[in-house]
Amino acid sequence: MRTAGDLVARMQLNRGMRIDAAKSYVADKLGASVPDLADSVTMAELREDLDIGVVCEAPGVAKGIDAKFKIAKLLELDINCVSMFRERVGL
Amino acid sequence: MGKIVARMGDGDRVDMTETEVQQDLEEGTQDAADRAKIPPLTSDEIAYLMELYRRKDRVVGVEDSKACCLSYDNQTSKIERAHIPVSKFQQLALFERCLGADTLELTHIDYSFKQVKHVVMYDKPNMEQAVLSTIAPIFYGAMPNLGLYSVPDGPVPNPMDLIPMDRIDEAREAYAQMVEYAISDMVYVGSQLYEFGGCDGINFDTTAASGDAEFYAALKAAEILHEKYPKMGIEMGMSGEFILGMHAEIEYDGVRLAGLYPHEQVKLCEKAGVTIFGPAINIVTNQSLPWNLARSITFTKACSEASNIPVHANLGMGVGGVPLVLHPPLDALSRASKAHVEICRLDGL
Repeated sequence: MRTAGDLVARMQLNRGMRIDAAKSYVADKLGASVPDLADSVTMAELREDLDIGVVCEAPGVAKGIDAKFKIAKLLELDINCVSMFRERVGL
Repeated sequence: MGKIVARMGDGDRVDMTETEVQQDLEEGTQDAADRAKIPPLTSDEIAYLMELYRRKDRVVGVEDSKACCLSYDNQTSKIERAHIPVSKFQQLALFERCLGADTLELTHIDYSFKQVKHVVMYDKPNMEQAVLSTIAPIFYGAMPNLGLYSVPDGPVPNPMDLIPMDRIDEAREAYAQMVEYAISDMVYVGSQLYEFGGCDGINFDTTAASGDAEFYAALKAAEILHEKYPKMGIEMGMSGEFILGMHAEIEYDGVRLAGLYPHEQVKLCEKAGVTIFGPAINIVTNQSLPWNLARSITFTKACSEASNIPVHANLGMGVGGVPLVLHPPLDALSRASKAHVEICRLDGL
């Protein structure tokens, strides 16, 4: 969460992607470079800009399920709890 | 030749000469290669490990470009075990926002699917709330723990009572019954936490601790869950490098499970629908850490090369070249982590 480990881990867990493929995929979707993914300064700014949640919560930045809605869209990935949320509230 | 401060597999510090370290590295890798019929480490890889032990740094880390993800086992029991009165939600928030965890895992303190079945109605709403307030991918995890299904903990005659009496067929029948109970519990818990709790995946931890029958049960449960929920993430972490042949004849997809090593285990996991595989290489406590590390990396490298799915090797107390102590020393843990990730090109730990 300090960088992009949660995003890369999602691609590993739910798509079975190996590390290099997962990093490239995430970097592409974020409009960043692969080295950026492991840089906490770059990623803190990028995460705030994209509003996908930051490790040190700031006012007005997406938290919890809000951030996951945005991550699902950004990574073009079905996130189980996001799909369930949509269904529950009739989105 | 300088002296190197290393450790034994039980964590005790020992002074070794460079010649002794070199010899242990070579013997450790050869031990793994002979057992699993896989290539030993190359001379360059041995030289890399030698250099790692020459370094005086207390803590070492991976190269920037080789950073990988971390997943956990029994995550929300770690803080509970320290008797710090913090709820599971608070623990997940601590892992995510204080420790920067890449992944989260909600667990029950009695970390076995059989025990979880009884509290699933409580952990389901816990998961429902956890997914609303956290961002990192979240697992529900437990151990298959086949032993809990036999007497005195469960309903089935204990194969370990029957085998010494030469009642082999009855012991195998007992294993078959235990497997059915275990599959049923794993599929039930996995389905409840995924379909109603909203987790991203299920973690089967310490798989095959009871041998080949337990590995079979976990593979079947993974297969059923994958068919039921194709988008579900499934991590399967193992308990040791070698599948014990307690049943000895049980097969999955035509492959006899007894005696399989990690590079063979991972192929069956792929077939079952597992998305992350966790090889576990046990420590030999009366051998040095250089011996253990070279041995562990040899098994894990062959596994990573054979795998089409991400590999998160188990590195912790007593596995992956880390000493068998409750609080692994940083010098040993960081060296084992760096060497595994860089030589085996791991996806995570």
